[in-house]
Amino acid sequence: MSLDTVKRAAQTPDERMPFAELGMKQDEYDRVVAILGRRPTGSELAIYSVMWSEHCSYKSSKVHLRQFGTKAPKSEALLVGMGENAGVVDIGDGWAATFKIESHNHPSYVEPHQGAATGVGGIVRDIMSMGARPVAVMDSLRFGGLDQGDTRRVLPGVVEGISHYGNCLGLPNIGGEVVFDPCYIGNPLVNALCVGLLRKDQIKLATAPGPGNKVILFGARTGADGIGGASVLASATFEDESQAKRPAVQVGDPFMEKLLIECCLELYQADVVVGIQDLGAAGVSCATTELAAKGTGGMTVDLNLVPLRDPTLRPEEILMSESQERMMAVVTPGDIDAFLAICAKWDVPATVIGEVTDTGRLVMTWDGEVIVDIPPGTAADEGPVYERPFHEPLGQHDLNLDTPDSLERPSDLRTTLLQLIASANLSSREWVTSQYDRYVRGNTVLAQPADAGLLRVSEVMPGAEETTRGIALATDGNGRYAKLDPYAGAQLALSEAYRNVAVTGATPLAVTNCLNFGSPEDPEVMWQFAEAVRGLADACKTLGVPVTGGNVSFYNQTGSAAINPTPVVGVLGVIDDVAKRVRSGFPAAGLRVVLLGATYDEFGGSEWAHVAHDHLGGLPPRVNLEAERDLATVLTEASKQGLLEGSHDLSDGGLGIALAEACLAHGVGATVSLPGDDAFVDLFSESTARALVCLKPEHFEALTDLCARLDVPCYGLGETGGDSLVVEGVLEATVAELRMSHEATLPGVFG
Amino acid sequence: MRVGVVTFPGTLDDQDAARALRLAGAEAVPLWHADHDLKGVDAVFLPGGFSYGDYLRCGAISRFAPLMTELIPAAQAGLPVLGTCNGFQILCEAHLLPGALVRNAGLHYVCRDQRIRVDNASTAWTTDFAEGQEITLPVKHGEGRYVADAETLAELEATGRVVFRYAGSNPNGSLNDIAGITNEAGNVVGLMPHPEHAVEELTGAPGVDGRGFFSSIVRKLVNA
Repeated sequence: MSLDTVKRAAQTPDERMPFAELGMKQDEYDRVVAILGRRPTGSELAIYSVMWSEHCSYKSSKVHLRQFGTKAPKSEALLVGMGENAGVVDIGDGWAATFKIESHNHPSYVEPHQGAATGVGGIVRDIMSMGARPVAVMDSLRFGGLDQGDTRRVLPGVVEGISHYGNCLGLPNIGGEVVFDPCYIGNPLVNALCVGLLRKDQIKLATAPGPGNKVILFGARTGADGIGGASVLASATFEDESQAKRPAVQVGDPFMEKLLIECCLELYQADVVVGIQDLGAAGVSCATTELAAKGTGGMTVDLNLVPLRDPTLRPEEILMSESQERMMAVVTPGDIDAFLAICAKWDVPATVIGEVTDTGRLVMTWDGEVIVDIPPGTAADEGPVYERPFHEPLGQHDLNLDTPDSLERPSDLRTTLLQLIASANLSSREWVTSQYDRYVRGNTVLAQPADAGLLRVSEVMPGAEETTRGIALATDGNGRYAKLDPYAGAQLALSEAYRNVAVTGATPLAVTNCLNFGSPEDPEVMWQFAEAVRGLADACKTLGVPVTGGNVSFYNQTGSAAINPTPVVGVLGVIDDVAKRVRSGFPAAGLRVVLLGATYDEFGGSEWAHVAHDHLGGLPPRVNLEAERDLATVLTEASKQGLLEGSHDLSDGGLGIALAEACLAHGVGATVSLPGDDAFVDLFSESTARALVCLKPEHFEALTDLCARLDVPCYGLGETGGDSLVVEGVLEATVAELRMSHEATLPGVFG
Repeated sequence: MRVGVVTFPGTLDDQDAARALRLAGAEAVPLWHADHDLKGVDAVFLPGGFSYGDYLRCGAISRFAPLMTELIPAAQAGLPVLGTCNGFQILCEAHLLPGALVRNAGLHYVCRDQRIRVDNASTAWTTDFAEGQEITLPVKHGEGRYVADAETLAELEATGRVVFRYAGSNPNGSLNDIAGITNEAGNVVGLMPHPEHAVEELTGAPGVDGRGFFSSIVRKLVNA
């Protein structure tokens, strides 16, 4: 294969380039030719094809995502917003938190273990590149039906991949979700979240300023991993030949990533980094174009200097390789020796491969010949933008008319409770979460099955200022709600994550999101997407929590069957004194049990309709953002005053499931009576803006006063204690039998 | 009292180990795998993790680290050494303790709060416990199944060198439910559970049963 140089490209204008095979449309290719004033070289085509892929350019979603900026609430906490590797939020006392959630859906279907593992690795590097120490991970997972054969292939592989990679990195896994639904059988969702902490005056950005500064590639050597992965795997719908794409999935090495983390933190401490970017999708192409575009504007790179694991790689392949555990830094010439010495201490290979220039051009050479000469901004920021057509799905109206009102309601509520608590989506997730290390680093205050993960901020970095603060994180999403109404579905996901953070006593501050949808080329899917983004942006504005970043995953569809629209929302909150956190569930006997919030007859998209009748129709529970905000205020204020001993959010499965889970948390029973006159609605409706709390009897009045002040409905249900959950006049179940039902389901399928 | 905490590439629980020692009143001295230097410490803690990526076999590469060439003779001469999880695996690979730790019987990594019985309260690290006492510590490992040949097992049992046993269900299929052992002199102790994750009420596992390890060694060093 002869080398396709810029000179040769100019001499052979009519040579046919394989743009279609690289996922590029004719008009997109024509634009590249217009930008360059000639046909692109093979290497340039590689860069443009990956940078302009849906995965990297957000070309179908951009016009909608802008609402997260235009509708953003004013927030003094926001230090870095969208557009960087991850958003950064001020959490007080000079500290900042950076967090982001990202999908690795398609690779996890092809190769569950490596796909999920490298999903964790990628998001951790995003957090590192902001200058932070990664301190915890979470993951939001969706699989096909629990009884479907392929779930038994995909789930154990995904869990093992997350377990192996995350545990080897020494990052506690503090929460997330596991959801089963047949709509995900060919398109499992693996959304990984990482959170990091840093001093707020030490934020790093992806930029390459200062002509003469050196460009250093460090971390793992470059191999053939994931070549074409970004544009081929992440942007194309699976057809039957997907097995043939196996080699395109990246392979991770968590040991190298752990060394990279410690190495980067030492580099930051030594203050020898001007700009930094991780290498994710589109590898060297992405890092060089983005760094150059955000810096002085130019860069030269000698691709022969890129350390290779596979010496046969061609320049086009080096540019597209998605080999894991690599970072790129911009360093002043005077700091090069110090930089390389720190890398050597951690056994991290590091090589100077180029230099920052002020030419406005990204120029790359191979064997002394120029093979890339482009304005970097055209690849990084000026990709195509599509206003894709969208319209409400044809059956949407009928779906909304098919309400659950006609479904037969049970009379034996004890059986319903035991059936629900053992169901695929409400049963114990311990089979999964016991494979994750939740203790490492010693700052985990709450982890699954608590509603949110909660971390102590102090002792994160040696020598750093002490603080009593903590950060809470939760992720939520409900594809069934979003299918019925994507606008409300996205708001319900936010509401639940927001509530989950508040029940720990923390104040919700900021949002990240992972938007999982089918093909944007299908106008009905595009409508779901547009509605979900609009709903989330509106709700973030009302609740005063800005979106700081996130990720869009399209093409989660096999043939014409798309997944339920699944916006997953992560919320980060802060608690001033982490010692005042509220425990999960009922921690002791002799406490008053109180329900906060109002209950309505709402079963559209509910777990009861799903489990008892396999029904999905009607409308999801009503969104009430003002009520969510007031409930959160009651919870955080009550925790500050030290009123609460335990809490639990009400969501899927309603009060019945919340009571059962609260009993299971510490093996403490409770005796309660229901506030309404319809026990079924009281126990299983999924009305929003509700939470269960327990407190010492002497604090009851202070809580009711607080609730009255904020107009939050408040019902004393009963008292904790005993070995059973007793709902007076309705049902009685021992904690032991609840536990048996709850914990047997996943081990029964996965061993 | 100065207690060294060793960091290999891939060590993860070193921060926890140092914190647990500080809370017990000891000075935690960082020791680096590539140094031939024990910095004159009075005892050493080998924390958990995936040293050298657990490549080849857990602990198999670490035992050849420059620091270990200093630590092995010092331990043989009586320096108190505690290895947890990967640290226990390294102690076995270094032949400071007999036997080996292999893949869990269930084939999965297991993270859970585990009841453990103290069977020997006379080692350098266990005098603040009572024999027969049950404590709760987290376990978190994929390769913690203790194995040894019949002769070694019989000797460990006959000489009281099984220090800890899993109570309730055995998380990994260890022979004789063994969770931790000691050498003949009682100065080197290795166990799979993690006392350093059970020293504070607010964080980590429920309870503070791990404190006994650190108060034991501090008492011993004070009285030495």
